Order: sequence, then C-alpha cells, then structure tokens
Amino acid sequence: MITMNAQKNKIHPHKYSMWIAMASITMMFIGFTSAYVVKRAQASWLSFELPSIFWVSTGLILLSSVTIYFAQRQFKARNMGSYKQLITITALLGLAFAACQVIGFSDMKNHGLALDSTVSASFIYVIVGAHILHVLGGVVVLLVLFFRAYRTRIRTYSSVPIEVASTYWHFVDGLWIYLLIFFSLAR
Amino acid sequence: MSNEATLHSQDLAHHGHVEHGHGNGHDGHDHHHEETFISKYVFSMDHKMIAKQFLITGIIWAIIGAFFSVLFRLQLGYPEATFPWLESILGHWAEGGRITAEAYYALVTMHGTILVFFVLTAGLSGTFSNLLIPLQVGARDMASPFMNMLSYWFFFLASVIMMSSLFVQTGPASGGWTAYPPLSALGDASIGSKIGMDLWLISMAIFVVSSLLGSLNYISTILNMRTKGMSMTRLPLTIWAFFFTAVLGVLSFPVLLSGFVLLLFDRHADTSFYLSEIFIQGKALAHEGGSAILYQHLFWFLGHPEVYIIILPAMGMVSEILAVNSRKPIFGYLAMVGSLFAICILAFLVWAHHMFVTGLNPFLGAFFVLLTLLIAVPSAIKVFNWLTTIWRGNIRFTPASLFSIGFVSTFISGGLTGIWLGNSAIDIHLHDTYFVIAHFHIVMGVSAFFGMFAGIYHWFPKMYGRYMNQTLGFIHFWITLVGAYLIFWPMHYEGMAGMPRRYFDYSTWASFNQFEGLNQFISFVVIIVFATQLLFVFNFFYSIFKGRKLTTPNPWNATSLEWTTPINPGHGNWPGEIPEVHRWAYDYSKDGKDFIPQTVPVSPDESNH
Repeated sequence: MITMNAQKNKIHPHKYSMWIAMASITMMFIGFTSAYVVKRAQASWLSFELPSIFWVSTGLILLSSVTIYFAQRQFKARNMGSYKQLITITALLGLAFAACQVIGFSDMKNHGLALDSTVSASFIYVIVGAHILHVLGGVVVLLVLFFRAYRTRIRTYSSVPIEVASTYWHFVDGLWIYLLIFFSLAR
Repeated sequence: MSNEATLHSQDLAHHGHVEHGHGNGHDGHDHHHEETFISKYVFSMDHKMIAKQFLITGIIWAIIGAFFSVLFRLQLGYPEATFPWLESILGHWAEGGRITAEAYYALVTMHGTILVFFVLTAGLSGTFSNLLIPLQVGARDMASPFMNMLSYWFFFLASVIMMSSLFVQTGPASGGWTAYPPLSALGDASIGSKIGMDLWLISMAIFVVSSLLGSLNYISTILNMRTKGMSMTRLPLTIWAFFFTAVLGVLSFPVLLSGFVLLLFDRHADTSFYLSEIFIQGKALAHEGGSAILYQHLFWFLGHPEVYIIILPAMGMVSEILAVNSRKPIFGYLAMVGSLFAICILAFLVWAHHMFVTGLNPFLGAFFVLLTLLIAVPSAIKVFNWLTTIWRGNIRFTPASLFSIGFVSTFISGGLTGIWLGNSAIDIHLHDTYFVIAHFHIVMGVSAFFGMFAGIYHWFPKMYGRYMNQTLGFIHFWITLVGAYLIFWPMHYEGMAGMPRRYFDYSTWASFNQFEGLNQFISFVVIIVFATQLLFVFNFFYSIFKGRKLTTPNPWNATSLEWTTPINPGHGNWPGEIPEVHRWAYDYSKDGKDFIPQTVPVSPDESNH
C-alpha cells in the first residue's frame, strides 16, 4: 500500500517553475522589443551606434556563464572550496557587467543621448536597465547560495538550487545576446 | 516520526501510516515547528489557508467595488437629486450631496480596476486555483508553498497601495481602468492623473508580480505533482481551466508590466514613448515622436487574455458543478479541454478588436474580425456541452448548480452580443457606447461572478467544514439573476441609440432624455442587487461560524479527490498516503451506480465509458 502513492517527478517542480518564469520574463522583453519595432516604423526615429563598452560587457557575461557552469560541476563533485570560488567569480562578473552597462549609459549621455532626448535612446535605457535588474537579481541569488555554502549547522546536498540558479544565469546571458543582436540589427 | 507526521497532527489518528519522503517537492520546507497563530492564519504556507485569504480579501474588494457602482449609478439615475449623506462620506468630492465630475470618474475607474483585477483575477483564480489544484490533482501542497505565500502577500501589498490611493488629496486614478495615455501620462491632465495614478501603476506592477508567482506555481503543480494514476486526461475540468488560466497569465501579464514601465518613464523621466505634440494648459510640451496607440497595443495584449483569465476558472468550475449536480458525466470531456485550449490560443490573437476605431489599418482589422469571430466556435462547443450535460440529468437544484445554470445563461446572452461587437464595421457605431458596457458586464462580469458564487457555495463545505444556508442562497440567486438582466439588458438599447459611455451627466443631452426613466430604473435595481450581495456576504461569514456542520466528507457525492480528504484536512491534505487514481473524474450514473470515486479501481466487468 505504501508504495502506491510515490509522487514521481521526472523534473523537479522548482526547475519547472524556473522555466515558466523564464517564459514569463521573455514575454516581458518581447513586449519591450515589439514596442521598439512599432516605434521604429514611425516618424522621427533617430538611429545611432551602441556604446562600444557593451561589447566588453558581452564578453564578461559570456565568461560568467562559463564560470557558473563549472561551479555547478564542482558542487556536484562536492569540491565546495572551488564551488565557492566559482560562484563568487560569477557574481563579481555579474556586477562588472552591470557596471559596464551603466558606463555605457553615461557614454550615451555624454554624446547627447540622454534618457529624455530621443525615444530610440529612451528605449535603450529602459530595456537595458530592465535587463540589468534581472542580472542583479541573479547576483542576489548567488549571494544567498554563497552564504548557504558557508553554513556549518545545516549542510545542503541537493544540487537543485545551484542548478536553478545556473539555468537562470544562462538565461539572462542569452537574453543579453538577444538584445544586443536586436539593437544592432534594428537600429 | 517524521516531519510529515506533525504536518497532519491535528486530524491524524494513525500516524503510523504516514509515508516518508513521498516526493522531492516537499523536502526542504519547514514543517517541523509548532503551528502558531501567525504561521497558521497569517503567514500560512498551506494552500487551503492561502485560498481563504485570497477569497476574503476578494470579498472585501468586491463590496468596495460594487459600492462604488452604486454611488455612480445614483448620479446616472438621479442627476438632479442631492443626497446629503454622500457629502458626509465623500466630503468635498460630493459637495451639496451630489458627486462631482472628478469623483464620478474616480469611482468609475476604481470600480473597473477593483473588479477586473482585485476581485475577478486575484479573488477568483487566486482562491480556487489555490484551493482545488493540490486537492484535485492529489498533492500535499503547491510546488512551492513559500512562493505561494509570497503571491498572496504581494497581492495584499498591492491592495494596501490601491486602497491608500483612495485617500490621497487629489484622489485615485480617474482616467478609466485602461489608463490610456496621454491622460494617464501627464499629471496636469486631470487631478486623477497626479499621485493617484502613480499609486495605481505601482499597485498594478506589484499585482502583476503576485499573479505571476501564483501562476508559476499552478502550472508546475498541475504538471509535476499529480498523484499516481492521475493522467492529464483524468483531471477534472476545473484543473484544466486553472491550467490554461495560469498559462494566459504567465504570458500576458509581463507585457502589461512592460507597458506600465514605459508609462512610468513617460510620467517621471520626460521620455516620449507615448507622448507627442501635446498642448496642455495653453503651452506646448517638448515631447515628440511618441505614440499613444503603442500603449493600447501593449495594454490590450494583456487586456484581452485578461478577460479569459477571468472567465476560464468560472467555466471550469461550472463544468464540474453541472456534472456533479446532474449526476451525469460531463458531455464531451476532450472537446471541453480542446475548446479551452483553442480559447487560450485565440486569446493572444484578437487584441486589436479593442482598437478598431483608433485608426487601425482596416485591412489589418479584417484579420482581427475573423480571429475574433472564430472564438464563437470553442465558446459554442462549451455551451453545447454544458446543455447536453444537464440534458435529461437527475438535476439537484442547489445554489451552486443554480448559479452554474445561470452562468450558462448569461454566457450565452452576453456572448452573442460579442459577435456584433467583433465586427469592425458595426463597431464604428457601437464602440464606446452602453452596448459595450452591457456586453462585457454580462459575459465577463456577471458570468464570472456566477461561476465564483457557484464555486463558493459548492466548495464552502471543503473550506470550512460547514454548509452555507440554502434558503439564503436561493434568494441570492434569483434576485441576482433577474436583477443582472434588468440592469444590463436595457443598456443594449441605450447603446444602440448611440448613448456613449463614461459621461457624467446625460440630462442636458436631448437625444438621451428618453432614457431618463430607464436610467432611474437601472439604478434602482442596482441598489436592490447590491443589498442582496450583502445578504450573501452575511451568509458566508455567518456560515463559517454557525453553519450546519458536515457529517460526511463527501456531501455532494462527487467523484473527485478533494472529497476523499477528512472534513477538516490539515496541512498535507491526506492523513495517510495520497490516494491513487484509477479513473476519470466523471463516472456518474454508471453501471447502475450513482457515482464511482476516482480512487476506486476499475473492476473487470465494468463497462467502458
């Protein structure tokens, strides 16, 4: 009788929820970028080059995807020392990414493309800004995992949290690549 | 004894059967502390308690939202009369006992916002998705009880902010529940566009977060946490409806959020997403190149799925309640699921029918007409199946089944006028008239409320272990049904005559003087129907404490899993193991048996369904 009701989960519900959340975030950015497309087709659209530092930030976030991939492998191998190092590096790369984006903003501003100057610039600020917030959300999650790893009283053996975090991290990485290609093509 | 045992300690007589580690969805959640008042009633992670929190918050909002409609109906019915008591509650918003134009627009806007979002989205799907999903799929709780709790508290925070906007000096948002710019984007445009609009936007943004957290959980619980034997095609139709509702919410609410973010920037950062070449108070604004229509696209991309977010849960509950109370299997189960799916897809492809007269390209409009009219097909399938389900059934007329039948009635009569409005040519005459008001109030407002009432009467015994008073339920039903038709039916004629919506005073408008008596009549019925809803609220709260107690765990002789739990289930729902499911949820009047619960194994000599 007891074996009757084992709830078999092929995929962990938290991981599943993460995928749905990513679909949801994707819809938000689709909303933003389709608004951009609609506006671009209308009058008084000003086209300009993206700040070149965005390419540096692209490199940083791609690198951080690599580090979190290895962090997840180290966690599964129970190499907690290098796991902690790797998620710290990932979080720092995330912060550096955000910093580069903000530098890009001030670069735009110095070239007369302030937030309220023209609607094509406003879109960059809002969409890239919304993306930065999503990256910073990921950094907060990594910090939580970091402090959990230092906890001595309770030890975590479940790899679900780091797997969910790394899925999300790859997602915001991919999202930025999408935005970069989008902004480069649809100027 | 494991954590699981203390989880059910209140009702559990035989801890020994508790199974250990029945699924990895539950490890890591803290169940091993004593339940305190705070953890049981306030920051509860039990889906059943969260459902009750959503329901009671929704009821409070419904009373406020409905009361607002009584106030503005007083103005519409009796534009010349004065009501001194209005001044004592509204102060300078009703100087001399007559509400001001500003107050009127604030009341109309908040009525729409409250009922569409806070009552019929959070109050309806928040309540019943939370209550029924784990109980009917056979799970101890949601995939993430913590996120579920957050979902309620984000809703609560949104509620507090929206409520506080009612009390600021310049009043709440008053540019209509759709918050179209430029009216909503410029603080100088009206007093309702000042701080009230900011609070409205912030509250709605938090509301979206709440809705997303809830929907995430609903989807992953339905897909991942079903008990053994509960295949997707054995799910009760309620669960299918909640599933599609959640999918709609997850995919459409974020787009609304992006629209709101751009609007906030236009309000406070001088951007020009929606603003272009505007003169206000005699001076030209610097904004250039924006498009107000852009907001409408973003808004209605949510706005249209939103009406299905409201109606699908009601459809699911009505399907279940009609089958139970007709003692017949639901007719065309797979057609019901298929039509829900079709509605879910079409919901994303019809948003521009709200924008036929905004200068939309007429050739583009033709596609949206076609897609809009296509919705009639799955809707008609559903109506046909409800009627054939009760056809020659052994119908039990409980308040729940009456409200379900009432739902089918209002869904038909409100849905048919949708075919008129879906035509872009007829829409040139009918747009923004009382015809539109009549249409969406019957098909979305009244119908969804009927589904909600049906659900409350039907599952109240599961929520509180007591029945609601039946006599009061019958009175509630008949007055509400007749009243709803008396209120909204005449509005069709007003609309066909061209009477526009959102006007403060029609008395100086000679064309519509003929409707003076009719408007008074509508307002009079509104007051009676509102009083009847208070009777329902009394019945609800009275029955929680003094209602007739349940003596059997399955009061309606239903087949689905929620009735296999104890009368007052603890956190974890089943004291022993989660039962295994062997059949679909609609084995009524089969092989001479009145009903066969889902947990009964199929016997070899049983006929196929």
